[in-house]
Amino acid sequence: MVDAARSDLRAYAVLAWMWIRVSLTYRTSFAIMTIGQFLITGLDFVAILVMFSNVDSLGGFSLAEIAFLYGGSALCLGCADLVLGNIERLGQRIRMGTFDVMLVRPVSAYIQMCADQFALRRLGRITQAGVVFAWAIVALDIDWTWARVAMIPYLVVFGTVIFLALFTIGAAVQFWTSDASELANAFTYGGSTLAEYPMTIYPLEAVKALTFVLPLTFVNWYPSLFILDKPDPLGLPSAVQFAAPVAAAVLSLAAATCWRAGIRRYRSTGS
Amino acid sequence: MSVIEVQGVSRSFVVRRKVGWLGRERETVHAVRDLHFGVERGEMVGYIGPNGAGKSTTIKMLTGILVPTSGRLTVAGMVPSTQRTALARRIGVVFGQRTTLWWDLPLRDSFDLLRRIYRIPDARYRANMATFTELLDLAEILDTPVRQLSLGQRMRGDIAAALLHDPEVVYLDEPTIGLDVISKSSLRDFLRETNRERGVTILLTTHDLVDIEQLCSRVMVIDKGSLVFDGSLDGLHALGDARRTLVVDLVEPGEPIRSLGADTVKVEGPRQWLTFAADTSAAPLVADIARRYQVADLSILEPSIEDVIKQMYTRTPREG
Ligand SMILES: Nc1ncnc2c1ncn2[C@@H]1O[C@H](COP(=O)(O)OP(=O)(O)O)[C@@H](O)[C@H]1O
Ligand SMILES: [Mg+2]
Repeated sequence: MVDAARSDLRAYAVLAWMWIRVSLTYRTSFAIMTIGQFLITGLDFVAILVMFSNVDSLGGFSLAEIAFLYGGSALCLGCADLVLGNIERLGQRIRMGTFDVMLVRPVSAYIQMCADQFALRRLGRITQAGVVFAWAIVALDIDWTWARVAMIPYLVVFGTVIFLALFTIGAAVQFWTSDASELANAFTYGGSTLAEYPMTIYPLEAVKALTFVLPLTFVNWYPSLFILDKPDPLGLPSAVQFAAPVAAAVLSLAAATCWRAGIRRYRSTGS
Repeated sequence: MSVIEVQGVSRSFVVRRKVGWLGRERETVHAVRDLHFGVERGEMVGYIGPNGAGKSTTIKMLTGILVPTSGRLTVAGMVPSTQRTALARRIGVVFGQRTTLWWDLPLRDSFDLLRRIYRIPDARYRANMATFTELLDLAEILDTPVRQLSLGQRMRGDIAAALLHDPEVVYLDEPTIGLDVISKSSLRDFLRETNRERGVTILLTTHDLVDIEQLCSRVMVIDKGSLVFDGSLDGLHALGDARRTLVVDLVEPGEPIRSLGADTVKVEGPRQWLTFAADTSAAPLVADIARRYQVADLSILEPSIEDVIKQMYTRTPREG
């Protein structure tokens, strides 16, 4: 079990490093792509800045507070995207018949799919989110207790795991319908955009859905309520603010189950 | 224990077909039905059958890519569908239709990546690379990205890749498809040598009888998902009574050639077609004709797998 995990990690590193080397042979293009990612994902935040040139708060949240929400969601999404961003191409591989190849190698197909075409340029998105997040932390006027400080890495780690699980479920669905990647993206990328704003601006039904169905509020919203000391519009017990690991565990279990079931029903392609 | 054991294995696919405007119909395709066979360590077995017979489906089940619908199978004592990644270390696979190498990488880098993924000991890796570079003539293509290789070059690369980690069993699914005569022949030499020198068990699918003739002492024939023959090549010819064809180009058009044991089936100007039993040698026939006629050219056509199967059915009609 531990051995298997270690050799999977090692294989991931070997494959990812190979793709990094390939991308670095075209240094200029790599630099342009990375900076491009930084700028394009940054536009989302520019939109928020523009909005705040006219208003002082949105849904009861100041600019720094929204920057904190935005940075948290974007950072977690970015990390997950870096780790397995190309898993969404599973459907394409299935259709072309090239997924078979991953099933005859002595490394789990999941690890190979995650590492496939590993794109270091995604650091552009992560850097952009990180800059906003860091600025928010500095700009926020709050009492930094140990618990609040500890909540920040907690948010990033479990938020990333939640996105990793969602990406995996989105990919696994492609074992059933190999052209579902757009739909899956709507949930992951679309969901992360929703989570960049305070839940107070959405109808309560939507917030419930984002808590109990597609549990993205556990990524940054509930941890932020704790750090920023704000009331929960759903009025759930305060323990929910620390429940990210539970959401992450449940989603990971669901993701693993979907992936396994998908592999078992995988039928290759007739030639 | 046999290295490959297959007992009553079937695999079907449910496919949806469009009917009319919006209608869809479910249909079950029985790709492989009730297969029984075993392969011993060190054997080189030809697995032959027309397109769509179920060859690739069988290979995919033997690697663990596909889970059988029913039946039991083991490879090297493991159940492929549940122990797939562990089994992968002990088998090698070559798909004629698609590469297992990395499209964007030079061949050398693909091999190096496989070395790390399979954790091949350095000494073994170096020895194998030296052997394959020489026997498969890889030296001048090692630095070429896989996508720029010709089909024959890519196939050589793929075969080396499948053998780098010293697998006990190698499956080759149509390795000669699309190759020219020279590539085919050097590939066959290499496979024969690998089987003999390394004791690797080889299961080779093809729809080219010549591959089998030159490589395999044992042949299994699959047709419409069922194993219809399992035995020696001679046995197949005897059973199928397929006939080989001798094409004779005479210097001038003439009467149909008459020679013992051969039937002249077609005459077109100076060219004549004679058929003779596949299990007899062509040499006496050729000698006899060359002695009595003015011959410009001669060639021999092997029976196609379709012919052999057709003959088998007409000779030994099966029920159902
Ligand atoms: N993934 C699949 N989905 C549906 N039908 C398939 C699939 N794979 C194979 N088949 C069907 O099963 C039969 C056997 O196919 P295959 O094993 O590829 O034959 P061969 O390799 O002998 O040409 C064919 O009728 C083929 O259409
Ligand atoms: Mg095939």
